[in-house]
Amino acid sequence: MKRVMATKEVAGQNPNYLLAKVQDLVDWAVNSSRANSLWPMPFGTACCAIEFMATAASRFDFARFGMERQAYSPRQADVLICAGRLPFKLAPVIRRIYDQMPQPKWVISMGACSSTGGIFDNYAMVQGIDTIVPVDVYVPGCPPRPEGLLYGILLLHKKIKGESLFDQVRRRDEQPLDDRGLRLPPETIDEISEPFGNSVHQFRSA
Amino acid sequence: MNPSVDALRATFGSAIGRALESCGDTIVYVRRDALLQVLAWLRDTPDQRYDYLVDITAVEYRDRERPLEVVYSVRSLERRVDLRVKVELDAEADLVVDSVVPLWRGADWLERETFDMFGITFRGHPDLRRILMWETYAEGYPLRKDFPLRGRFSRAEQVRQALAANPEAHYSMEELSIAEAYGELSPEMKERLRRGERGKLAGSE
Repeated sequence: MKRVMATKEVAGQNPNYLLAKVQDLVDWAVNSSRANSLWPMPFGTACCAIEFMATAASRFDFARFGMERQAYSPRQADVLICAGRLPFKLAPVIRRIYDQMPQPKWVISMGACSSTGGIFDNYAMVQGIDTIVPVDVYVPGCPPRPEGLLYGILLLHKKIKGESLFDQVRRRDEQPLDDRGLRLPPETIDEISEPFGNSVHQFRSA
Repeated sequence: MNPSVDALRATFGSAIGRALESCGDTIVYVRRDALLQVLAWLRDTPDQRYDYLVDITAVEYRDRERPLEVVYSVRSLERRVDLRVKVELDAEADLVVDSVVPLWRGADWLERETFDMFGITFRGHPDLRRILMWETYAEGYPLRKDFPLRGRFSRAEQVRQALAANPEAHYSMEELSIAEAYGELSPEMKERLRRGERGKLAGSE
Protein backbone atom coordinates (compact mmCIF):
# COMPACT_ATOMS: atom_id res chain seq x y z
CA MET A 1 0.00 0.00 0.00
CA LYS A 2 2.79 2.40 0.83
CA ARG A 3 4.09 2.21 -2.71
CA VAL A 4 0.64 2.79 -4.17
CA MET A 5 -0.56 5.70 -2.07
CA ALA A 6 1.02 8.86 -0.92
CA THR A 7 -0.43 11.17 1.69
CA LYS A 8 -0.18 14.80 0.90
CA GLU A 9 0.00 17.31 3.68
CA VAL A 10 -1.29 20.70 2.84
CA ALA A 11 -0.39 23.33 5.31
CA GLY A 12 -3.12 24.57 7.53
CA GLN A 13 -5.83 22.27 6.22
CA ASN A 14 -7.55 19.46 8.02
CA PRO A 15 -8.04 16.70 7.00
CA ASN A 16 -5.06 16.03 4.72
CA TYR A 17 -5.48 14.31 1.34
CA LEU A 18 -4.79 10.72 0.32
CA LEU A 19 -3.71 10.40 -3.31
CA ALA A 20 -3.23 7.41 -5.62
CA LYS A 21 -3.24 6.62 -9.31
CA VAL A 22 -6.18 4.47 -10.40
CA GLN A 23 -3.80 2.19 -12.31
CA ASP A 24 -1.73 1.58 -9.21
CA LEU A 25 -4.85 0.87 -7.18
CA VAL A 26 -6.05 -1.66 -9.76
CA ASP A 27 -2.61 -3.30 -9.88
CA TRP A 28 -2.49 -3.39 -6.12
CA ALA A 29 -5.92 -5.04 -5.88
CA VAL A 30 -5.27 -7.57 -8.65
CA ASN A 31 -1.76 -8.49 -7.53
CA SER A 32 -2.71 -8.80 -3.87
CA SER A 33 -5.56 -11.13 -4.66
CA ARG A 34 -3.37 -13.18 -6.98
CA ALA A 35 -0.45 -13.40 -4.61
CA ASN A 36 -2.50 -14.18 -1.53
CA SER A 37 -4.57 -16.95 -3.04
CA LEU A 38 -2.05 -18.97 -5.05
CA TRP A 39 -3.33 -22.44 -5.69
CA PRO A 40 -0.40 -24.82 -6.11
CA MET A 41 -0.29 -27.71 -8.55
CA PRO A 42 2.14 -30.16 -6.96
CA PHE A 43 4.28 -32.13 -9.40
CA GLY A 44 6.17 -34.34 -6.95
CA THR A 45 8.52 -36.88 -8.49
CA ALA A 46 11.07 -37.63 -5.78
CA CYS A 47 12.30 -36.89 -2.26
CA CYS A 48 11.59 -33.14 -2.61
CA ALA A 49 7.92 -34.12 -2.66
CA ILE A 50 8.30 -35.43 0.91
CA GLU A 51 9.47 -31.99 2.01
CA PHE A 52 6.65 -30.49 -0.03
CA MET A 53 4.17 -32.62 1.92
CA ALA A 54 5.77 -31.49 5.17
CA THR A 55 5.34 -27.91 3.99
CA ALA A 56 1.68 -28.55 3.31
CA ALA A 57 1.10 -30.30 6.64
CA SER A 58 0.28 -28.76 9.98
CA ARG A 59 3.69 -27.72 11.36
CA PHE A 60 4.67 -25.50 8.42
CA ASP A 61 1.30 -25.22 6.70
CA PHE A 62 1.53 -23.10 3.56
CA ALA A 63 -2.20 -22.51 3.87
CA ARG A 64 -1.07 -19.59 6.03
CA PHE A 65 0.05 -17.92 2.80
CA GLY A 66 -3.20 -18.43 0.93
CA MET A 67 -2.36 -21.84 -0.56
CA GLU A 68 -5.20 -23.52 1.27
CA ARG A 69 -6.41 -25.49 -1.70
CA GLN A 70 -3.98 -27.76 -3.49
CA ALA A 71 -5.21 -28.15 -7.02
CA TYR A 72 -4.63 -31.65 -8.27
CA SER A 73 -6.03 -30.52 -11.60
CA PRO A 74 -3.94 -28.09 -13.64
CA ARG A 75 -7.14 -26.37 -14.79
CA GLN A 76 -7.66 -24.82 -11.36
CA ALA A 77 -4.04 -24.09 -10.50
CA ASP A 78 -1.93 -20.93 -10.43
CA VAL A 79 1.54 -22.15 -9.54
CA LEU A 80 3.21 -25.36 -10.66
CA ILE A 81 5.63 -26.64 -8.03
CA CYS A 82 7.99 -29.19 -9.57
CA ALA A 83 9.40 -31.09 -6.57
CA GLY A 84 12.01 -33.60 -7.63
CA ARG A 85 14.11 -34.70 -10.58
CA LEU A 86 12.47 -34.80 -13.97
CA PRO A 87 13.37 -37.67 -16.30
CA PHE A 88 13.05 -37.14 -20.04
CA LYS A 89 10.11 -39.52 -20.04
CA LEU A 90 8.15 -37.03 -17.90
CA ALA A 91 9.15 -34.00 -20.00
CA PRO A 92 6.08 -34.12 -22.29
CA VAL A 93 3.88 -34.67 -19.22
CA ILE A 94 5.01 -31.57 -17.35
CA ARG A 95 4.83 -29.56 -20.57
CA ARG A 96 1.24 -30.67 -21.08
CA ILE A 97 0.34 -29.87 -17.46
CA TYR A 98 1.89 -26.43 -17.81
CA ASP A 99 0.02 -25.81 -21.05
CA GLN A 100 -3.25 -26.83 -19.40
CA MET A 101 -2.89 -24.29 -16.60
CA PRO A 102 -4.82 -21.05 -17.19
CA GLN A 103 -3.10 -17.69 -17.35
CA PRO A 104 -1.66 -16.16 -15.24
CA LYS A 105 0.60 -19.00 -14.09
CA TRP A 106 3.88 -19.32 -12.29
CA VAL A 107 6.37 -22.13 -11.77
CA ILE A 108 8.51 -22.91 -8.74
CA SER A 109 11.40 -25.29 -9.35
CA MET A 110 12.02 -26.99 -6.01
CA GLY A 111 15.38 -28.59 -5.34
CA ALA A 112 18.70 -29.04 -7.06
CA CYS A 113 17.63 -31.77 -9.51
CA SER A 114 14.61 -29.89 -10.72
CA SER A 115 16.61 -26.68 -11.16
CA THR A 116 19.81 -28.04 -12.74
CA GLY A 117 19.66 -31.81 -12.96
CA GLY A 118 21.61 -32.01 -9.70
CA ILE A 119 23.72 -35.11 -9.31
CA PHE A 120 21.93 -36.80 -12.18
CA ASP A 121 24.04 -35.62 -15.09
CA ASN A 122 23.17 -38.64 -17.20
CA TYR A 123 21.27 -39.84 -20.25
CA ALA A 124 17.86 -40.06 -18.59
CA MET A 125 17.47 -36.75 -16.79
CA VAL A 126 16.35 -33.28 -17.84
CA GLN A 127 19.10 -30.81 -16.92
CA GLY A 128 16.83 -28.22 -15.32
CA ILE A 129 13.11 -27.90 -15.98
CA ASP A 130 13.65 -24.40 -17.37
CA THR A 131 14.50 -26.16 -20.64
CA ILE A 132 10.89 -27.43 -20.66
CA VAL A 133 8.79 -24.75 -18.93
CA PRO A 134 9.66 -21.18 -17.84
CA VAL A 135 10.56 -20.98 -14.15
CA ASP A 136 9.94 -18.05 -11.79
CA VAL A 137 11.57 -19.15 -8.54
CA TYR A 138 14.36 -21.67 -8.03
CA VAL A 139 14.58 -23.16 -4.54
CA PRO A 140 18.03 -24.67 -3.92
CA GLY A 141 18.62 -27.61 -1.63
CA CYS A 142 18.80 -31.38 -1.76
CA PRO A 143 16.03 -31.45 -0.70
CA PRO A 144 15.19 -27.92 0.53
CA ARG A 145 13.75 -27.70 4.02
CA PRO A 146 10.11 -26.57 4.29
CA GLU A 147 11.39 -23.16 5.38
CA GLY A 148 13.25 -22.97 2.07
CA LEU A 149 10.13 -23.70 0.05
CA LEU A 150 8.15 -21.17 2.12
CA TYR A 151 10.81 -18.57 1.42
CA GLY A 152 10.54 -19.38 -2.28
CA ILE A 153 6.78 -18.95 -2.11
CA LEU A 154 7.21 -15.58 -0.39
CA LEU A 155 9.67 -14.55 -3.09
CA LEU A 156 7.04 -15.48 -5.66
CA HIS A 157 4.52 -13.33 -3.75
CA LYS A 158 6.97 -10.48 -4.02
CA LYS A 159 7.41 -11.04 -7.73
CA ILE A 160 3.66 -11.19 -8.35
CA LYS A 161 3.12 -7.99 -6.39
CA GLY A 162 5.62 -6.26 -8.67
CA GLU A 163 3.71 -7.11 -11.85
CA SER A 164 1.48 -4.65 -13.61
CA LEU A 165 -1.45 -4.87 -15.97
CA PHE A 166 -0.64 -1.50 -17.56
CA ASP A 167 3.13 -1.19 -17.54
CA GLN A 168 4.48 -2.96 -20.65
CA VAL A 169 7.79 -3.68 -18.93
CA ARG A 170 6.28 -5.24 -15.85
CA ARG A 171 3.47 -6.96 -17.72
CA ARG A 172 3.48 -10.73 -17.90
CA ASP A 173 2.71 -12.29 -21.27
CA GLU A 174 2.65 -15.83 -22.52
CA GLN A 175 6.05 -16.77 -23.86
CA PRO A 176 5.58 -18.37 -27.26
CA LEU A 177 7.38 -21.60 -28.11
CA ASP A 178 9.78 -21.65 -31.00
CA ASP A 179 9.01 -23.98 -33.91
CA ARG A 180 11.24 -26.72 -32.46
CA GLY A 181 9.12 -26.79 -29.31
CA LEU A 182 11.99 -25.63 -27.10
CA ARG A 183 11.79 -22.90 -24.46
CA LEU A 184 15.45 -22.01 -24.85
CA PRO A 185 17.74 -22.02 -27.90
CA PRO A 186 19.61 -25.34 -28.30
CA GLU A 187 22.99 -23.68 -27.70
CA THR A 188 21.74 -22.35 -24.36
CA ILE A 189 20.46 -25.77 -23.34
CA ASP A 190 23.83 -27.28 -24.22
CA GLU A 191 25.61 -24.56 -22.32
CA ILE A 192 23.64 -24.68 -19.07
CA SER A 193 23.98 -28.45 -19.00
CA GLU A 194 27.73 -28.31 -19.54
CA PRO A 195 29.46 -31.53 -18.43
CA PHE A 196 31.60 -31.28 -15.34
CA GLY A 197 34.61 -33.41 -14.40
CA ASN A 198 33.80 -36.95 -15.36
CA SER A 199 35.56 -39.73 -17.16
CA VAL A 200 32.99 -39.93 -19.95
CA HIS A 201 33.89 -37.82 -22.98
CA GLN A 202 31.40 -36.93 -25.62
CA PHE A 203 30.69 -34.16 -28.08
CA ARG A 204 27.78 -32.04 -26.96
CA SER A 205 26.50 -30.72 -30.26
CA ALA A 206 25.91 -33.98 -32.06
CA MET B 1 27.75 -75.87 -3.41
CA ASN B 2 24.08 -76.38 -4.11
CA PRO B 3 23.34 -80.12 -4.71
CA SER B 4 21.06 -79.13 -7.59
CA VAL B 5 24.19 -78.62 -9.71
CA ASP B 6 25.09 -82.31 -9.54
CA ALA B 7 21.51 -83.26 -10.33
CA LEU B 8 21.61 -80.90 -13.32
CA ARG B 9 24.86 -82.45 -14.60
CA ALA B 10 23.41 -85.93 -14.23
CA THR B 11 20.32 -84.96 -16.20
CA PHE B 12 21.63 -82.58 -18.89
CA GLY B 13 25.29 -83.56 -19.20
CA SER B 14 27.26 -81.27 -21.47
CA ALA B 15 24.56 -78.56 -21.55
CA ILE B 16 25.68 -77.55 -18.07
CA GLY B 17 28.86 -75.53 -18.00
CA ARG B 18 31.03 -74.59 -15.04
CA ALA B 19 29.56 -73.92 -11.62
CA LEU B 20 30.96 -71.77 -8.83
CA GLU B 21 30.01 -70.47 -5.43
CA SER B 22 30.01 -66.77 -4.68
CA CYS B 23 29.02 -65.19 -1.35
CA GLY B 24 27.11 -68.32 -0.42
CA ASP B 25 25.14 -68.42 -3.68
CA THR B 26 25.65 -71.07 -6.30
CA ILE B 27 26.03 -69.92 -9.89
CA VAL B 28 25.65 -72.40 -12.70
CA TYR B 29 26.31 -71.69 -16.38
CA VAL B 30 23.94 -73.20 -18.90
CA ARG B 31 24.26 -73.49 -22.67
CA ARG B 32 21.92 -71.15 -24.45
CA ASP B 33 19.86 -73.70 -26.38
CA ALA B 34 19.21 -75.77 -23.25
CA LEU B 35 18.06 -72.87 -21.06
CA LEU B 36 14.33 -73.39 -21.34
CA GLN B 37 14.52 -77.14 -20.63
CA VAL B 38 16.85 -76.59 -17.67
CA LEU B 39 14.65 -73.95 -16.06
CA ALA B 40 11.49 -76.00 -16.68
CA TRP B 41 13.21 -79.01 -15.12
CA LEU B 42 14.32 -76.95 -12.12
CA ARG B 43 10.79 -75.68 -11.65
CA ASP B 44 8.89 -78.95 -12.09
CA THR B 45 11.10 -81.74 -10.73
CA PRO B 46 9.72 -82.81 -7.32
CA ASP B 47 12.97 -82.59 -5.33
CA GLN B 48 14.07 -79.32 -7.01
CA ARG B 49 10.91 -77.16 -7.09
CA TYR B 50 12.50 -73.80 -7.86
CA ASP B 51 9.06 -72.32 -8.24
CA TYR B 52 9.81 -68.60 -7.81
CA LEU B 53 11.63 -66.47 -10.38
CA VAL B 54 13.28 -63.70 -8.34
CA ASP B 55 14.86 -61.64 -11.10
CA ILE B 56 16.17 -61.58 -14.62
CA THR B 57 18.99 -59.23 -15.47
CA ALA B 58 22.15 -59.12 -17.56
CA VAL B 59 25.81 -58.30 -17.06
CA GLU B 60 28.32 -56.85 -19.47
CA TYR B 61 31.90 -56.83 -18.24
CA ARG B 62 34.47 -54.16 -18.86
CA ASP B 63 36.69 -56.87 -20.28
CA ARG B 64 35.63 -56.98 -23.94
CA GLU B 65 36.76 -60.61 -24.21
CA ARG B 66 34.13 -61.78 -21.75
CA PRO B 67 30.68 -62.49 -23.16
CA LEU B 68 27.46 -60.86 -21.98
CA GLU B 69 25.60 -62.86 -19.36
CA VAL B 70 21.89 -63.15 -18.80
CA VAL B 71 21.23 -63.94 -15.14
CA TYR B 72 18.21 -65.81 -13.82
CA SER B 73 17.77 -65.89 -10.03
CA VAL B 74 15.37 -68.64 -9.00
CA ARG B 75 14.26 -69.65 -5.53
CA SER B 76 12.42 -72.57 -4.05
CA LEU B 77 9.96 -71.05 -1.62
CA GLU B 78 9.23 -74.47 -0.19
CA ARG B 79 12.84 -75.62 0.35
CA ARG B 80 14.23 -72.12 0.94
CA VAL B 81 17.09 -72.56 -1.51
CA ASP B 82 18.44 -70.08 -4.06
CA LEU B 83 20.10 -70.82 -7.37
CA ARG B 84 21.52 -68.48 -9.99
CA VAL B 85 21.49 -69.64 -13.59
CA LYS B 86 23.57 -67.80 -16.16
CA VAL B 87 23.62 -67.91 -19.95
CA GLU B 88 26.57 -66.51 -21.88
CA LEU B 89 25.91 -64.56 -25.07
CA ASP B 90 28.54 -63.48 -27.58
CA ALA B 91 28.16 -59.72 -28.06
CA GLU B 92 29.55 -59.99 -31.61
CA ALA B 93 26.91 -62.54 -32.61
CA ASP B 94 23.17 -62.21 -32.07
CA LEU B 95 21.93 -61.37 -28.58
CA VAL B 96 19.00 -63.75 -28.54
CA VAL B 97 17.79 -66.04 -25.78
CA ASP B 98 14.55 -67.96 -25.24
CA SER B 99 11.86 -66.21 -23.25
CA VAL B 100 10.80 -67.83 -19.99
CA VAL B 101 7.37 -66.18 -19.96
CA PRO B 102 5.79 -69.60 -20.71
CA LEU B 103 7.28 -70.83 -17.40
CA TRP B 104 6.78 -67.75 -15.24
CA ARG B 105 4.21 -65.13 -16.23
CA GLY B 106 6.09 -62.65 -14.05
CA ALA B 107 9.08 -62.78 -16.38
CA ASP B 108 7.19 -60.47 -18.74
CA TRP B 109 8.38 -57.09 -17.38
CA LEU B 110 11.75 -58.46 -16.22
CA GLU B 111 12.59 -59.47 -19.77
CA ARG B 112 11.28 -56.18 -21.12
CA GLU B 113 13.59 -54.31 -18.75
CA THR B 114 16.57 -56.43 -19.77
CA PHE B 115 15.71 -55.82 -23.41
CA ASP B 116 15.35 -52.08 -22.78
CA MET B 117 18.67 -51.71 -20.98
CA PHE B 118 20.86 -54.26 -22.79
CA GLY B 119 19.18 -54.91 -26.13
CA ILE B 120 18.88 -58.63 -25.57
CA THR B 121 16.04 -60.15 -27.58
CA PHE B 122 13.90 -62.72 -25.81
CA ARG B 123 12.58 -65.12 -28.41
CA GLY B 124 8.89 -65.92 -27.82
CA HIS B 125 8.15 -62.98 -25.55
CA PRO B 126 4.51 -61.93 -26.10
CA ASP B 127 5.09 -58.16 -26.02
CA LEU B 128 8.76 -57.20 -26.16
CA ARG B 129 8.82 -53.40 -25.94
CA ARG B 130 10.85 -50.85 -24.02
CA ILE B 131 9.61 -50.43 -20.47
CA LEU B 132 11.77 -47.77 -18.77
CA MET B 133 12.70 -45.58 -21.71
CA TRP B 134 9.97 -44.36 -24.02
CA GLU B 135 8.91 -46.17 -27.18
CA THR B 136 10.66 -43.88 -29.63
CA TYR B 137 13.94 -43.72 -27.68
CA ALA B 138 16.61 -43.80 -30.37
CA GLU B 139 19.94 -43.61 -28.53
CA GLY B 140 20.45 -47.31 -27.93
CA TYR B 141 20.68 -49.46 -24.84
CA PRO B 142 21.81 -47.45 -21.78
CA LEU B 143 23.46 -50.14 -19.66
CA ARG B 144 25.77 -51.35 -22.41
CA LYS B 145 29.43 -50.52 -21.93
CA ASP B 146 29.68 -48.64 -25.23
CA PHE B 147 26.85 -46.28 -24.20
CA PRO B 148 28.12 -42.87 -23.02
CA LEU B 149 26.89 -41.82 -19.59
CA ARG B 150 25.12 -38.73 -20.91
CA GLY B 151 23.65 -40.43 -23.95
CA ARG B 152 24.63 -40.14 -27.59
CA PHE B 153 22.74 -36.97 -28.55
CA SER B 154 23.26 -33.41 -27.39
CA ARG B 155 21.08 -32.17 -24.55
CA ALA B 156 19.05 -29.96 -26.86
CA GLU B 157 18.35 -32.88 -29.17
CA GLN B 158 17.40 -35.05 -26.19
CA VAL B 159 14.95 -32.39 -24.97
CA ARG B 160 13.48 -32.05 -28.44
CA GLN B 161 13.03 -35.81 -28.87
CA ALA B 162 11.60 -36.23 -25.37
CA LEU B 163 9.04 -33.49 -25.99
CA ALA B 164 8.07 -35.07 -29.28
CA ALA B 165 7.26 -38.38 -27.56
CA ASN B 166 3.64 -39.28 -26.94
CA PRO B 167 3.07 -39.97 -23.21
CA GLU B 168 0.24 -42.40 -23.95
CA ALA B 169 2.49 -44.48 -26.17
CA HIS B 170 4.12 -45.99 -23.09
CA TYR B 171 1.02 -48.06 -22.42
CA SER B 172 0.03 -51.27 -24.08
CA MET B 173 -3.56 -51.83 -25.07
CA GLU B 174 -3.95 -54.05 -21.99
CA GLU B 175 -2.82 -51.28 -19.72
CA LEU B 176 -5.16 -48.89 -21.47
CA SER B 177 -7.99 -51.39 -20.99
CA ILE B 178 -8.00 -50.33 -17.31
CA ALA B 179 -9.24 -46.99 -18.57
CA GLU B 180 -11.81 -48.75 -20.70
CA ALA B 181 -13.46 -50.07 -17.55
CA TYR B 182 -14.36 -46.47 -16.80
CA GLY B 183 -15.64 -45.78 -20.26
CA GLU B 184 -12.90 -43.27 -20.92
CA LEU B 185 -11.52 -44.69 -24.14
CA SER B 186 -12.37 -43.36 -27.55
CA PRO B 187 -14.54 -45.63 -29.73
CA GLU B 188 -11.62 -46.06 -32.13
CA MET B 189 -9.37 -47.28 -29.33
CA LYS B 190 -12.07 -49.58 -27.96
CA GLU B 191 -12.40 -51.08 -31.41
CA ARG B 192 -8.67 -51.77 -31.63
CA LEU B 193 -8.71 -53.16 -28.11
CA ARG B 194 -11.46 -55.52 -29.18
CA ARG B 195 -9.37 -56.65 -32.16
CA GLY B 196 -6.49 -57.36 -29.75
CA GLU B 197 -3.91 -55.02 -31.27
CA ARG B 198 -1.19 -54.40 -28.74
CA GLY B 199 1.13 -51.50 -28.11
CA LYS B 200 0.18 -49.58 -31.23
CA LEU B 201 -1.30 -46.13 -31.36
CA ALA B 202 -2.93 -44.13 -34.09
CA GLY B 203 -0.34 -42.48 -36.31
CA SER B 204 2.53 -44.59 -34.95
CA GLU B 205 2.80 -46.68 -38.12
